[in-house]
Amino acid sequence: MATDAAADMPRGMEGVVQDWANDKQTFQVPWGKAMMWIFLLSDTFIFSVFLTSYMTVRVSTTEVWPNASEVFALTLFGQSIPLILIAIMTFILITSSGTMAMAVNFGYRKDRAKTAAMLLITAFFGATFVGMQAFEWTKLIEEGVRPWGNPMGAPQFGSSFFMITGFHGLHVSAGVIYLLVTAWRVWSGFYDRKGTYETVEVAGLYWHFVDLVWVFIFAFFYLW
Amino acid sequence: MSEVAAEGQQHPIGLYLKVWLLLFVFSAGSYMVDYMQLQGELRWFLIVVFMWLKAAFIVAIFMHMRWERMALITAILLPPIAIAVLVFLMAVEGGYTFFTRLEVFGG
Repeated sequence: MATDAAADMPRGMEGVVQDWANDKQTFQVPWGKAMMWIFLLSDTFIFSVFLTSYMTVRVSTTEVWPNASEVFALTLFGQSIPLILIAIMTFILITSSGTMAMAVNFGYRKDRAKTAAMLLITAFFGATFVGMQAFEWTKLIEEGVRPWGNPMGAPQFGSSFFMITGFHGLHVSAGVIYLLVTAWRVWSGFYDRKGTYETVEVAGLYWHFVDLVWVFIFAFFYLW
Repeated sequence: MSEVAAEGQQHPIGLYLKVWLLLFVFSAGSYMVDYMQLQGELRWFLIVVFMWLKAAFIVAIFMHMRWERMALITAILLPPIAIAVLVFLMAVEGGYTFFTRLEVFGG
């Protein structure tokens, strides 16, 4: 009987889709949410490999590693404050995570205007973060930091810095666009017609992940 | 999809605000580690503690992982353990490279 049933089923790609989809569901969450989590898992591995390679070059170099506390110091009000720019960027990203959580909350209450507003505020904070990162890059490039060398010490500092913060900045930039598209869809009533705002939560997962990655970059690259 | 599952991740806004505040406190804490110029093992210990506290609250509350079913939690949180193996291997390898460089190039 089993072979008869198999003979009736579609073959080729259609069969592949049927075999994976037929009344079998592992994750009891909306499809988009499961896919986002799996994407974030793969992204976790990418950032982990970046941070691990940074660790490898840092422990293996015989030259002095530049002191992040001094490299990222800013002179404000005639006083040099260590790492202040990075601290402000950290607080901005956490603030944006908070407004994102609000957006998800308003979304589940089907409050269209407030959800869109919170998403726009989150995108604004994200754009601010990217702007400050561009400022930070400009400052370091002017000071002579390059992917192959810098005046402060071990040349690997530059390559690790540009690779890790660059890839993270790319994620934030993509996230800002993602949030703006989601905000537009919320505002235009797309999710009201669809009957659910769960897509806002999926966008939220991505945004919180970007904040999560920054937690590790902040600890390992800037504070260590 | 039941109505409960579709609307399942609705939590009081007060909880988000509390976690938000906590994340600010943890970030301020890890910044103070640098500002006070703490060095050595105390510095590394505090950095790692604040880092994991922040990461745990973001994943558990903001990303709603605490309220998800075990199938999803295990599928997402267990695979990254493999990274620990890579970190261990590369730490050993990096140390070996460091001492080889000292010996061959004399630092």
